[in-house]
Amino acid sequence: MTSKLFLALLLLPFSGLAQDDPAGVDMLDTAVVVVAPPTSVIAVDHKYDKGERIDLTWVPSIDDQLVEGKVLAYRIYRIVNDGGPQLVADVATGVGPYQYADEDLHRDSIYSYYVAAVSSNYEAASTRTAPMSPQREWMNLDRKWLFLIALIVGGSVLLFITAARRGTKLFVRKIAGLEAVDEAVGRATEMGRPILFVPGIRDMDDVQTLAALTILGRVSRVIADYDTRIFMPTSRSLVMTAGRETVKAAYQAAGRPDKYSDDMVTYYTDEQFGYVAAVDGVMVREKPATVFLLGAFFAESLILAETGNYIGAIQIGGTARPAQLPFFIAACDFTLIGEELFAASAYLSGEPMQLGSLKGQDVGKAIAMIAIIVGAVAITIGEAWDVEFMHDIVTWLSGVFSTR
Amino acid sequence: MEAFFEHFRLWLAAFLTLGIFSFLYKDNPWYKLTEAIFVGISAGYWFVVLFWDNFHGKFWVGAGEYSINWVVAKLTGAQAPPPPDSSIDFMLWVGAFLGLLMLLRLVPKIGWISRWPLAFIVGSTGGLWLINYFASNVMVQAQATMVPLFSSAFGTGFDQNADAVIGALIIFLGTFSGLVYFFFSKAHTGVFGGTARVGVFFLMITFGASFGYTVMSRMSLLIGRIDYLLGDWLGMIK
Repeated sequence: MTSKLFLALLLLPFSGLAQDDPAGVDMLDTAVVVVAPPTSVIAVDHKYDKGERIDLTWVPSIDDQLVEGKVLAYRIYRIVNDGGPQLVADVATGVGPYQYADEDLHRDSIYSYYVAAVSSNYEAASTRTAPMSPQREWMNLDRKWLFLIALIVGGSVLLFITAARRGTKLFVRKIAGLEAVDEAVGRATEMGRPILFVPGIRDMDDVQTLAALTILGRVSRVIADYDTRIFMPTSRSLVMTAGRETVKAAYQAAGRPDKYSDDMVTYYTDEQFGYVAAVDGVMVREKPATVFLLGAFFAESLILAETGNYIGAIQIGGTARPAQLPFFIAACDFTLIGEELFAASAYLSGEPMQLGSLKGQDVGKAIAMIAIIVGAVAITIGEAWDVEFMHDIVTWLSGVFSTR
Repeated sequence: MEAFFEHFRLWLAAFLTLGIFSFLYKDNPWYKLTEAIFVGISAGYWFVVLFWDNFHGKFWVGAGEYSINWVVAKLTGAQAPPPPDSSIDFMLWVGAFLGLLMLLRLVPKIGWISRWPLAFIVGSTGGLWLINYFASNVMVQAQATMVPLFSSAFGTGFDQNADAVIGALIIFLGTFSGLVYFFFSKAHTGVFGGTARVGVFFLMITFGASFGYTVMSRMSLLIGRIDYLLGDWLGMIK
């Protein structure tokens, strides 16, 4: 009995009953899951950026490769200018390549990294990467083909402009909606009613608004020649200012600056449907003979086009927004579809500068068409008969048209 | 009092909704009143939003306040503000300067200067979008259209193969004939004209599908307003 009591007292410190700290009890009860650290941690500067990013790759822990679920995650630690390590991210295991992009860095700081494999209760850190700073590159060579094709198109534009200025006649096919402009303005003149020009609801930073204002220049010129009235409600203050400048210049070019008034172009509100309510009101009260709906339109397109249809106006609509085009096609007499809106100004004005630019864009389209035919034929033959040469053509073409 | 305002809000919203709907009958004083309220309030609202978001939120906080404090300190000999941190961006003064030039329209003699900021916006917009449009509308589109018209990868069964071949043909023909339609340097005659016509068919089928889809989504907006009138306002829908 005495010997049993002595043995019990001797073993007491190891039994857990003598521990005051409950955490200590847990530590004794739970085995530490030791894992090996990741290896080959490499930090490289991200190519062709502003010097804000470093890319990290690593080979996963051997325990991650052998036992699924043993390594729960990889912790990325960053050391800036020899300071203390900062935890920047946890990367989950088993979800793809082992890499991490550290962004929003500064070029004037020095960074090094280490990656730790994390188990349920253990963390095994790799060695630190060599110190480095992200670098800024002035050229993105990933986009060299984009640059080259843009250069070909831009060069074509210049060539065509020069040719047009030398008197070469440049052919542009008929665009139905634009053929009707003179007729529509003439109709308004005969009826003694105004012309309503709606330039969409976007600001001057939208190319569709710019295209609309270019057409406005030509339309205003015809209106000034015919001595008809124009009214242009806008939903952006800058568009109002640019619209006034355009109409004023057209009236001056027509030799009728005295007929111009700032009231021809007004601002209502930036609010989409507030603007629509106001324009609808103008339509039913002023009953314009001709309505131009040209520019960037959204949910208001059908409301405006339907009201114009209801008052019996000739309507010429045009937008590059595919979702709104169906409404213009349904409710307008003529519709400028997508690129026709941008081609309109060149077509209407016949100016060498604009015609040259239109022809240059056609060169771009011709390149795209040829590439599509060659690419589709090559990939079809390559896949059907497994012709290596065709695969090479497709790979090369895909690289050329890649915009990474 | 709270209940009164709740009822007032309900009745006001219903009054204005019906005022806008009354346009479906014809233009009338009720619609004109609603239109004027809508335009006036929204114009004022947007002025306040743009002032606080752009002028105050960006320019004043980002550069204006610091710069003015610095100038005032230099002029009065007071303690200058601490050196600017990363939140201060003096480039915002360029925008402010261009905005200031816009206001010169109010001075007729030098109003022509206001065309400069407009020219800046038009030029920079054209330049910025040129590459974006070129990359997304030409390069990516062309790359995505280089699809095999038939391939063993489509599947072995006739159904799988036919579906995939038809899908690939639609992508190829639709894109190519669409491009032909938007090619302005050649008249739409002969084979070229025929291909352009195929392009128009593709466009119209797409527009038709888009029309139906959008009309259905607009119906849901109408249902939302009717639900408000009959449910929230009149309590006829529980």
